Amino acid sequence: MTNTPKSTQEKILAGLAGQQNAGKSTTFNMLTGANQHIANYPGVTVDKKSGSYTYQGSKVEVVDLPGTYSLTSFSLEERVTRDFLITEKPDVIINVVDASSLKRSLYFTFQVLEMGFPVVVALNMMDVAERNGVEIDVARLQHRLGIDVIPTVGRKGKGKNELREAILAVTRRKEGKVLHIAYEELESAIQGLEDQFRQTKLADIYPARWLAVKLVEGDSEAERIVALELGLTAGELETARKIKQSFEESHYMTVADYIMGCRDRLASSIIASCVNETRQGKANISEAIDAVVLNRFAAPIFLVATVFVIYQLSIVKGYDLTQYWWPFLAKFRAIVASILPGAGMLEDPYIRSMALWMVDSANALLNYIPIFLILFALIAILEDSGYMARIAFILDKLFHAFGLHGQSTLPYILGGVFAGGCAVPGVMSTKGIPDERSRMATILTVPYMNCLAKIPFYTLLVNVFFAPYKSWVMLFLSTITIFVALLVAKLLTVTVLKTKETAPFVMELPNYHPPTFFGVGQRAVERTWQYIKKVGTIVVAVSVCVFTLLQFPGMSDERRTFFQEEMNKALGQFQEKIKESSYVSRFKDDAALVELVSLYNDFKTAKLNTKGAEANEELDTRYKKANPELFVFLKPEQDKDADTVSKALRGLASTQKTLRRQIKEEQIGTSVLGMVGRSLEPVTRWAGFDWKINVAILSSFAARESSVATIGVLYQQGADENKSLEERMGAETNDSGFTPLHALAVMVFFALYPPCLATTIMIKVQTGSYKWMVFSILFPTALGFITASGIYSGGKAMNLSGIQMMGVFYLFVVALTVVTGLSKSWGRKIIKSAGLAVAENG
Amino acid sequence: MNSQRKQHRCMLGDIQPGTMAKIRCHHSCGAIRQRLLDLGFVPDSEVNVVRRAPLGDPIQCKIANYNITLRISEASLIEVECE
Repeated sequence: MTNTPKSTQEKILAGLAGQQNAGKSTTFNMLTGANQHIANYPGVTVDKKSGSYTYQGSKVEVVDLPGTYSLTSFSLEERVTRDFLITEKPDVIINVVDASSLKRSLYFTFQVLEMGFPVVVALNMMDVAERNGVEIDVARLQHRLGIDVIPTVGRKGKGKNELREAILAVTRRKEGKVLHIAYEELESAIQGLEDQFRQTKLADIYPARWLAVKLVEGDSEAERIVALELGLTAGELETARKIKQSFEESHYMTVADYIMGCRDRLASSIIASCVNETRQGKANISEAIDAVVLNRFAAPIFLVATVFVIYQLSIVKGYDLTQYWWPFLAKFRAIVASILPGAGMLEDPYIRSMALWMVDSANALLNYIPIFLILFALIAILEDSGYMARIAFILDKLFHAFGLHGQSTLPYILGGVFAGGCAVPGVMSTKGIPDERSRMATILTVPYMNCLAKIPFYTLLVNVFFAPYKSWVMLFLSTITIFVALLVAKLLTVTVLKTKETAPFVMELPNYHPPTFFGVGQRAVERTWQYIKKVGTIVVAVSVCVFTLLQFPGMSDERRTFFQEEMNKALGQFQEKIKESSYVSRFKDDAALVELVSLYNDFKTAKLNTKGAEANEELDTRYKKANPELFVFLKPEQDKDADTVSKALRGLASTQKTLRRQIKEEQIGTSVLGMVGRSLEPVTRWAGFDWKINVAILSSFAARESSVATIGVLYQQGADENKSLEERMGAETNDSGFTPLHALAVMVFFALYPPCLATTIMIKVQTGSYKWMVFSILFPTALGFITASGIYSGGKAMNLSGIQMMGVFYLFVVALTVVTGLSKSWGRKIIKSAGLAVAENG
Repeated sequence: MNSQRKQHRCMLGDIQPGTMAKIRCHHSCGAIRQRLLDLGFVPDSEVNVVRRAPLGDPIQCKIANYNITLRISEASLIEVECE
């Protein structure tokens, strides 16, 4: 290589390379500290993390390369790493090596050395190796490799200065004998080819030795490079082909296998001289655990138990915690409300209602933070302990039958496979799946999992229409989505994803080790933070759009005047009623009245949410203290005049509430979204959706939870009697002929509904294409609509009730899933026998 | 070396759990082959089939001191000799 050290204020480019799980990221953090930034490699979705530090007057820029097992051109990560090495020509490669599996790591080290780069080996996780009884003679290893080997413990920052020192030293060193990987019987032929390359212009760009070895090995990328630079008829290509052919004819094995064997023998001899394994240590503990946990009969039990514990701790306990967390969010809303311009009697200032709408949308999502913190922490424990890899091992066959991958498990769990999750971290975590086809199928099916925000909508509909079968319907909803996701995955992999690359399921099962508190905490916070960022940016932005679409163009001036007149009438009545009382002069002014009415409304809401005599008393004292003058009208006690005002106030507040609701409903009905909802009615009638449901569905694209809010506004008759939304919806829909069958169609549509905007953006990031993002919106819409129409129209035609149709649909989907899953081996048999059974019955 | 007579060749995917085997060669090519080599399925190294997954596929193999899991379809591309 022609790397001349740069003058005076040195700038050093260092590439950090190594195998997966060798502790590259911790080493990277150790070297660069907080000074990092993330970008993308050109044209691909692989993260390019780089950072820098200054050491003894030299500025070192470190690029964290993707974790790869070798430097061939088979996988995206390997190609990215190789391209970086060839085009950027870093001054030094820091090769991070897992001390516990040194031999396997050496194959990679050899390949980097062969490319002619100055290399420093960071022998990481020395503590783990020592604990496992692996003794490494570092001095001898250094001698054998001919390069610096620095023992490090990245997690604890051990070996930081030594590593920095070595990085600097290796860029200044001019001589030294680096290990030469000799290929035994092929060596002379390879050297000949290498010398040939040295004569060509290629030698300036590529390491000649590397080209020679790769060409003999039959590496397609190397062949492409040579053909491109020297022409297809280049003598070097011919020479390489001849070497390959004659060797393979005489040795009955491929050159590639032979070269691998040479590297393996060299690695073995290095290991034999430098490593001393005193005892097998931890591996035995792992084996003992696996003997139980992976036992054919016990494995499913452990798996189900794990899932159950996660569900209990995160969803159930986490939900209990939200009760303590919600007051903080409510306080935040109160603060925002107090800053904004005050509420009006009939209509609030635009800025106030919009800001509060934004806060409400965000709060609804932020309310889940305790659940996500627990959920993500538990998942991090599963990953770090090594059990997650076992789950992939146990479930791979099942997933594989549907075109997915054992490693689809993690995205599915994050996405909410058991009643609650979030597709955003779910889609993000597909990064680790090596099989491109399965990865795409996973990305496109994770959104079918039950995201936490769908639950309130389900709960609402279930309580109204399926109250007697509550738990059955919830079970139906949480399992049907899994079956549908599997079916969709299968459908996609045999159609649109057919041409995508696949990769085998070959995965390491790491030894079990106890997760560190820091590692788990960091991951849990990081993933929760992604979620908060989503809420803070996309959801809030989209909620503004939805708000606007629900507001404009708004109702006509005529109607506005009409409502204003109604309000004036009520105000007149109020004044009439309190005419005799001594407080009459107090409320001459409208502003004072508005204040009183909103105080009354707040007090009443607070009362509704307070249970128990003690708490009620406490509430009274609090309000009394905050509003010493007005409190008497809320609770007049002995004051007769105040009592008159209080009674009049009750009437006024009730009228105001009704009018405000009517205004809102009219506003939504005449808004853009309302008109779209209405115009879709002729089509959505097949699925039984009326315009109100359409509006709820449209508005939920921003974030699912807004659908419940929208429905709340739309179904408001009887709200004055303090009926719950469930009761109101029940009463009103009964009149309009909305049956449980309608509700079933809506729920199924909602289950298959396209991902929320935040998820679709994550899909764009992970697939790297807008095409797939659009697909992820259109396909579920079509699927959901067709399914919902089938349920509604089919149920109606067969005269089935909601719950009956649910059973029929469920059986159909489960049967389809089973047949699809077994299709390869038993598919035909089952269809045949099912056909026979039907024939017999018929 | 054990005597040739006691050994017979078969595919890694066919051997029973609990058996030791020695890798002879790969019948796969391209990315699959490379990945297997990277993870230590190198000719002449010893491999122990530890167990099958509860559903029968994939299998768990032990090479040196670490465990690798792979599907039977891939394991059936690795020729081994077993005793």
